[in-house]
Amino acid sequence: MRRYAIRRGLTIVPVLLGVSVLVFSFIHLIPGDPALTMLGERATPEKVAEVRVRLGLDRPIWQQYLLYIGKALQGDLGVSIIRGDPVASDLLRRFPATVELAAAAIVVAIAFGIPIGVASAVWRNSLLDSLARLGALTGVSMPIFWLGLVLAWFFGVQLRILPTGFRLGSGTALVPWTNFALLDAALQGDWPAFVDALRHLILPALALATIPLAIIARMTRASMLEVLSREYVRTAEAKGLSRRAVILRHALRNALLPVLTVIGLQVGHLLAGAILTETIFSWPGIGLWVYESIESRDYAIVQGVTLFIAVIVVGVNLLTDVLYAAVDPRIKYE
Amino acid sequence: MTAMLEAAAARGSARETGRGRSPAAAAWRRLVASPAARAGLVIAVAFALIALVAPLVHDYDARTDANLTLRLKPPTAGHPFGTDSLGRDILVRVLHATRVSLGLAVSAVAVATVVGSALGFLAGYFRRQVDLVVMFCMDIVLAFPATLLAIAIVAMIGPGLRNSLFAISLVSIPAYARLSRGAVLALREQEFVLAAEGLGCSGRRVLLSHIVPNSLPPLIVQTTLSIAFAILEAAALGFLGLGAQPPTPEWGAMLADSYKYFTSGAWWVFCFPGVAIMLSVLGFNLLGDGLRDALDPRLGRG
Repeated sequence: MRRYAIRRGLTIVPVLLGVSVLVFSFIHLIPGDPALTMLGERATPEKVAEVRVRLGLDRPIWQQYLLYIGKALQGDLGVSIIRGDPVASDLLRRFPATVELAAAAIVVAIAFGIPIGVASAVWRNSLLDSLARLGALTGVSMPIFWLGLVLAWFFGVQLRILPTGFRLGSGTALVPWTNFALLDAALQGDWPAFVDALRHLILPALALATIPLAIIARMTRASMLEVLSREYVRTAEAKGLSRRAVILRHALRNALLPVLTVIGLQVGHLLAGAILTETIFSWPGIGLWVYESIESRDYAIVQGVTLFIAVIVVGVNLLTDVLYAAVDPRIKYE
Repeated sequence: MTAMLEAAAARGSARETGRGRSPAAAAWRRLVASPAARAGLVIAVAFALIALVAPLVHDYDARTDANLTLRLKPPTAGHPFGTDSLGRDILVRVLHATRVSLGLAVSAVAVATVVGSALGFLAGYFRRQVDLVVMFCMDIVLAFPATLLAIAIVAMIGPGLRNSLFAISLVSIPAYARLSRGAVLALREQEFVLAAEGLGCSGRRVLLSHIVPNSLPPLIVQTTLSIAFAILEAAALGFLGLGAQPPTPEWGAMLADSYKYFTSGAWWVFCFPGVAIMLSVLGFNLLGDGLRDALDPRLGRG
């Protein structure tokens, strides 16, 4: 097991190198002179030359890459071209908001997706199953930014029961300790702020949860159907166990393994989907930051966030694979 | 797995009706036997027809379309979908956007299918270094969430339809490479391929006339599902201002415009482009799921 974990861990090294090369090359995808594009047409030649040197664009390309990867390994993702702030520290300051949103979304997706998938498999071909399958397929087909708009319009503008933007209401002041609004409010014992943060979280989390929820429901249904036809399930039934015990204890526990992998794969979707969801709900995480940086052509931020997310996705995939092997004793990796 | 089990349930009746016909005809019969697949087929064909016919029956010039006296009017008989912030008829724009949105998705998928499967076939057939290099590149692309990579690339190379096409096809390539490589690896050990090689067929001939045709079913399914995904990606890029540029009608870009007015209660501005996106994606997803069941090679053998 440990040997498998180490071997699987080593495979990510070349992938991470490749990822860094691709993200590094982004700056060379910019048509024309990147420094000129960033500064705009009215920049003085001196200023352009200065930025070129600062970006290292005057060096040979292999030196540029070594410089880039060397800095990235030390946690230096460059500086914002517009504001001059280091990308990495801003990234870490904004990341908790995105984590909070993504975590809320995945909790919603698991809490609804797994029961729906199980019910759909247990009552296969019933009306409930048909509705759940159509619902799941609609969910997979959902443009989440549109769903976000519809939710914000319905609950925020028509019913006026939920806020449609930002993490906290304008009347709520919260000292940022961890930058996780819910956690900060709880730690400080500020319950009105906690409720306020939770209310702000509902709509964006629902929008972001839609696709993972649908995918988890589909996967759970398929996996349950497969497990329910296995002999050990028939044995459990023949022993006279209650249907409930057979489904929950014998079938579901085994059916959840592939679902675990699917949940791991959702992390990437959640972080990419955050760009769209945060834009709709003015949620001050890294997604909104990327959107704003694209508009202001602050390429270092786009590059930094892309690299950061890719590294997280590769890490989570590794973790999922190793967890999978650890949880399922039937799997032997050679 | 779902597909397999569902297909198994439908197998009995399908096999009787499918006997004695060509595999394609049998697959077609199985496809139209499923209500969900039929619905998907109808939706997909309807959108394709709108995309093809709209410019023929109605001349639309986005550059001159504006009528400020009709700004943000709710749906009426004259404008069934209402009007947007420039007084443009939303129905007309949604219909004409079909050509842009669907055209972008279909062309991106076409490029990805050709490039991706070619890479996969080569990797699977030549193995060794070719395989190693190709699949390593695919793994790198797959390390990024597809939407993020597409957004980042277009953010760098600049907004526009052509750049969106490039980015969407790039992120769609790995799925095809993996599928076709897997198909080649499975097929090249089969007797009919070994026989062809034994008879002295050239590598090129074995690949093109024996392996490629036999690995088409999973690629057809993937193409349908990829179009659904590409419509979503194209809309996301358009919504972020990276795809079609105003005043070109495109579903995602129309949503980006409407986004500023949603607090005023003008629901029709964002409702209809979004419905068009969702419905077209749903159609291609239904069709793709149906095709997967219908083309499942296990069905043919009984």
